[in-house]
Amino acid sequence: MSLAWRGGRVMVASGCGGTGRELAAYADLAGLDFVTRSITLDPRPGSPGPRIAETPSGLVNAIGLQNPGLEHFLATELPWLVRAGARVHVSIVGSTLGEHADLARRLSRAPGVSGLEVNLSAPDQAGEGLFETREPFHAASVVAAVRREFSDDRPVLAKLRLDPSRAVETSRLVHEAGATAVVLGNALSAAMPDGRPGGLTGPAVAPVALRCVRDVCAVLPDLPVVAAGGVASPDDARRFLAAGAVAVQVGTALLHDPTTVARIAEALSRGET
Amino acid sequence: MTEARDPLHVDGELLATKKQGAYRLLTIAAPGIPQRFRAGTFVAVSTGEGRLARRALWIHRVKETGAYGPTLDVVVDPTGPGTTWLATRPVGTRLAVTGPLGRPFALPREPVSCVLVGEGHSAAAMFPLAEGLRERSCPVTLVVAAADEAHLLSALEARRSARAVTVVTADGSVGMRGQVAHHLPGILERADADVVYAAGPDATLRAAAAAAESRGAWSQVALERPLTCGTGLCQGCPVPVAGEDGIVRLVRDCIDGPVFRGDRVAWGALA
Ligand SMILES: Cc1cc2nc3c(=O)[nH]c(=O)nc-3n(C[C@H](O)[C@H](O)[C@H](O)COP(=O)(O)OP(=O)(O)OC[C@H]3O[C@@H](n4cnc5c(N)ncnc54)[C@H](O)[C@@H]3O)c2cc1C
Ligand SMILES: Cc1cc2nc3c(=O)[nH]c(=O)nc-3n(C[C@H](O)[C@H](O)[C@H](O)COP(=O)(O)O)c2cc1C
Ligand code: FES
Repeated sequence: MSLAWRGGRVMVASGCGGTGRELAAYADLAGLDFVTRSITLDPRPGSPGPRIAETPSGLVNAIGLQNPGLEHFLATELPWLVRAGARVHVSIVGSTLGEHADLARRLSRAPGVSGLEVNLSAPDQAGEGLFETREPFHAASVVAAVRREFSDDRPVLAKLRLDPSRAVETSRLVHEAGATAVVLGNALSAAMPDGRPGGLTGPAVAPVALRCVRDVCAVLPDLPVVAAGGVASPDDARRFLAAGAVAVQVGTALLHDPTTVARIAEALSRGET
Repeated sequence: MTEARDPLHVDGELLATKKQGAYRLLTIAAPGIPQRFRAGTFVAVSTGEGRLARRALWIHRVKETGAYGPTLDVVVDPTGPGTTWLATRPVGTRLAVTGPLGRPFALPREPVSCVLVGEGHSAAAMFPLAEGLRERSCPVTLVVAAADEAHLLSALEARRSARAVTVVTADGSVGMRGQVAHHLPGILERADADVVYAAGPDATLRAAAAAAESRGAWSQVALERPLTCGTGLCQGCPVPVAGEDGIVRLVRDCIDGPVFRGDRVAWGALA
């Protein structure tokens, strides 16, 4: 396991743990690595319904980045998570490099932030008006802008697309730009049944995530890799860890069973000697 | 950090199943959930075979079943893959059940006149509410509505919980004929309603809220949306609702609802 990784081995994936309060009924948040839903500078209302559709062993979502904006997040959600003892990784996303830098600067001063996760892989960047990261150097430029403002030794995770043809190259560049670790990855670009853009998640995407994790770990052994995509059981987690990941994130499985994170964490720690 | 009011996620068991018209009545052992039940809350159930979204069901009744302690009754309308899966499970099937979820109906402090409107499977939510109101000495008129007799929840049973029971079917096979929405103003008038509770299709809820408002009565409506998680985690269930400040925001049906003040729902913006 890479020395640079100091987080836990099981994390709550962005957008799948509510504000934290909802999850607290089913899991002890104390010491848990919790990634918030992606926070933007200004509030976003999100898309109208329907927002989620079921596919075989998957979900397609078009939430539209609903979030209360940075100010409200700092005033209410963050302090609650910190009081609950969670290790809070704030997921950020913006329309410009400047917005990312702004978010990073203000979060670097906010008490209780354990680290940042930069969402470089929202499935519909164009439609959401986000900074587009089609090319690996675009992703790296965002990470560099964030690192400049969030410059102590707290982790900055770069959350990348599950694109096996670009995963290694993008991982290398964001690492050079200052990312502590990469998260592989986000929802796959997909469409809702009515054709609106959405993102596919759940066990259906796990083999794609495994491929990306495996490739990046093989080529960049010094870069900590966090796996995300279809983790629903301790065995799923072990498969990613065996491929070289330092940790896994659990998203969709929490929507199906809110105790999943607690159960996987428990099983992994029991497995240790 | 769990508190006595918090929902539970449990490994439940299907104890009994019975045909009730077009519906299936399931009795489920779900340890700890019945004890926390309040009228208007629901359970989220997993339906197997790679279906990741939960299926929401009103808690219809909590009863003692000897060896199992208190159990839950739910009414399943087998209209799609998930509900059909549930309606066809044999006794003994293990079911992952989460609940009770959602904000319950608010009960009046005074013994005021209440009209309860339940249409189709959603009427399941109204029976325990009627009992709760009766215990508070509120005169209760229960309106049970459906497309036809097969989709009408037992009116016989309703009479045990309510002072007056009105039955409305769209095809007129039992009770009054037509859409319940058309009959509501008259029903509220006769009951001299102070509070209206409604569960059913959006159009019925909207009509109930409007009928209540036009006579200065309060209304609470139980709104159904596809609930992916049912627990407030995914933001997949937006409902446009006006806050204290009058500004309409998208809130979550499963955890900010499913019961809302009828006058607060932005009906025109409901997707
Ligand atoms: C609070 C509440 C209480 C309810 N109580 C009852 C009750 O007591 N009895 C009853 O019969 N029904 C009840 N319902 C309605 C019931 O939950 C839905 O009708 C049910 O989800 C239908 O699932 P289905 O697979 O049978 O059918 P369909 O709705 O026909 O499903 C069609 C397709 O929609 C998709 N889908 C369905 N549900 C979801 C979801 N949650 N998220 C994403 N996609 C989805 C699936 O892809 C499915 O194939 C309630 C709903 C709510 C919100
Ligand atoms: C409902 C929902 C909302 C999500 N919201 C976000 C988000 O705001 N930011 C983000 O980076 N990823 C978001 N994701 C992606 C997840 O964090 C995760 O990367 C992805 O779902 C793959 O993991 P899984 O298969 O375990 O869900 C969301 C996923 C879902 C299902
Ligand atoms: S269904 Fe997931 S938040 Fe309501």
